[in-house]
Amino acid sequence: MLLIKCPWCGERPELEFSYGGEAHIARPADPTRLDDEQWAAFLYFRNNPKGLHAERWRHVHGCGRVFNAQRDTVSDAIVATYKAGEKPPGQSGSSP
Amino acid sequence: MRKFSAFALLREGLSGQAGWQRQWRSPEPKPRYDVVIVGGGGHGLATAFYLAERHGIRDVAVVEKGWIGGGNTGRNTTIIRSNYLHDESAAIYEHAVKLWENLAQALNYNVMYSPRGVLMLAHNTHDIQSLKRHVHANRLNGIDNEWLSPQQCKAFCPPLNIDRAMRYPILGGALQRRGGTARHDAVAWGYARAASARGVDILENCEVTGIRRGASGAIEGVETSRGFIGANKVGVVAAGHTSVIMNMAGVRLPLESFPLQALVSEPVKPAFPCVVMSNTIHAYISQSDKGEMVIGAGTDAYTSYSQRGALHIATHTLDAICELVPVFRRLRMLRNWGGIVDVTPDRSPILAKTPVPGLYVNCGWGTGGFKATPGSGDVFAWTIAKDAPHPINAPFTIERFREGVLIDEAAAAAVAH
Repeated sequence: MLLIKCPWCGERPELEFSYGGEAHIARPADPTRLDDEQWAAFLYFRNNPKGLHAERWRHVHGCGRVFNAQRDTVSDAIVATYKAGEKPPGQSGSSP
Repeated sequence: MRKFSAFALLREGLSGQAGWQRQWRSPEPKPRYDVVIVGGGGHGLATAFYLAERHGIRDVAVVEKGWIGGGNTGRNTTIIRSNYLHDESAAIYEHAVKLWENLAQALNYNVMYSPRGVLMLAHNTHDIQSLKRHVHANRLNGIDNEWLSPQQCKAFCPPLNIDRAMRYPILGGALQRRGGTARHDAVAWGYARAASARGVDILENCEVTGIRRGASGAIEGVETSRGFIGANKVGVVAAGHTSVIMNMAGVRLPLESFPLQALVSEPVKPAFPCVVMSNTIHAYISQSDKGEMVIGAGTDAYTSYSQRGALHIATHTLDAICELVPVFRRLRMLRNWGGIVDVTPDRSPILAKTPVPGLYVNCGWGTGGFKATPGSGDVFAWTIAKDAPHPINAPFTIERFREGVLIDEAAAAAVAH
C-alpha cells in the first residue's frame, strides 16, 4: 500500500485516496471544434510510461481535494505531490 | 522433435530416462527473419506456431526478454470460458475454446485442459438480470450457458455457502459447463516446443530495445540486447509492456498497464470441483491439479510496471472467498505475485494492423488474456500472414476508439474479466 502525501493533510495511507488517472490532460476549451482523432486522443490515448508518471489523486476520505503526484511506475515510489493547477516540480507556471 | 506417447514413456522407463530431448532449440539469432514476434508468452508463441502450422511461414523468430513462461502466461489463474456478452467477443473467445478442446492433440503436449465448469455468481437483482442477459446472449451465439438456482449452485459446487443471511447472499449463478482451466506453463511450453519443431527460433534473454523503420516508414527490424534482427514483418505481443515497445515505433495506443495479483493456498486434497467467479464481491477461485486453491485478486488502482500489487487488494478478495466458502477460512496462503496487464478503455483487446507498414499488434487483453491464447494466436497469425485481419478479429482495431465502435465489455464483464 502506498503512503501518499496529500498537499493539504500530509502523509496518509492509500486507502484514503482514489486514483484519477493521468494528470495534465486539458479538457478541450471548445469541444465543438474537435475532430474524431482529437476526441479519441483526449478520451482514450494515454502515455502509460515506464518511469515517471504524472497522475491525479483525490483525498476522498480526507479533505476531499484533488491533487497531482509524480510517481515512478517501476518502483511505485512517489517522487512528489503538488496542488491541482500547479506545474510538476521542475517546471514553472500553471497547468491544467 | 521426438513425439510424446505412451510408447515413448515406456521406452524411457526401460532405458533410465536418458533419452529425453530438450523441448525447444536455443539457437543464435539469425541476421534476418521473415517475421519477428516480440514477446514469448502464450499469445506470441501461439502466433508463431500457427504461422508455421497453418500459413507455412517458418522463417520466424520469437524474441523474449526473459524466459518462456516467466511473464503473464505463468502468472495468471488459468481460467477458460467464452461467456462474453457481445457478438464480437463471443466469437473470438469461443474460437479459442474450440481450439482448447483439441489443443493437447494438436501440440502433442498435455496442456491439462479441464472443462470442469465456470460458475459466475449473482448476489443482487442487477447481477441476476445481467447474468441472465449473458445466458440468453450466449445461447443465441451458440455458446452454452445456463441459469442455476442457489440450490443448483450448491449441488454443482458443494463447498459454497448459500445461507441467505450472508452479507452478499448467493441468489443464483450462470454456469458454462465447457469452461474450466488448463495448465498455464504447459501451454507456453507446448506451443514453444511445437513451434520450434516447425522451424521457429525461440530467442530467450533477448530484450527488444528499439524498432528500426526505413525511409518509407516501413519496418526493417528490431534492435535487441543480442544485436539487430532484420524482419519483413514484426508482431508485437508484449502484454503489459506493449506501450513501451510500440513507443519505439512511434505508435501511441489506448492502453494503461496495471498490476494484477493472484495467490495460491497450501495444497490440499480435491475440495473444489469447478471454477467459481463473483464479479460483485470480486472473487475467483479454482483448485489446481497440485491441490492449491488458485485465487485471483483485482488490479491496483494505479498504473504500474512493478509486477507487485498492494496487500489490501489481495485481502479484499480473501474476505469475499472466506464468506463464499467458509471451509477455506483455515487455509493458509502459500504465495502471491503480480503481473502487469495492459487494459484498454473498453476492456476488449486490439489485434490489428498498425499505421506502420509491416507492424502488427496484439494487446489489450487486460485481466483476461489466458483463455484466449489459442484463438488469439490463430487469428493474429492470419493477420500477419495475409496482411489483413481474419473476420473474427476484424472488429478489434485501434481505429475503433476514433470511430466510436467500442466493444464494451467493461460493463459486461465487470472487474473479473
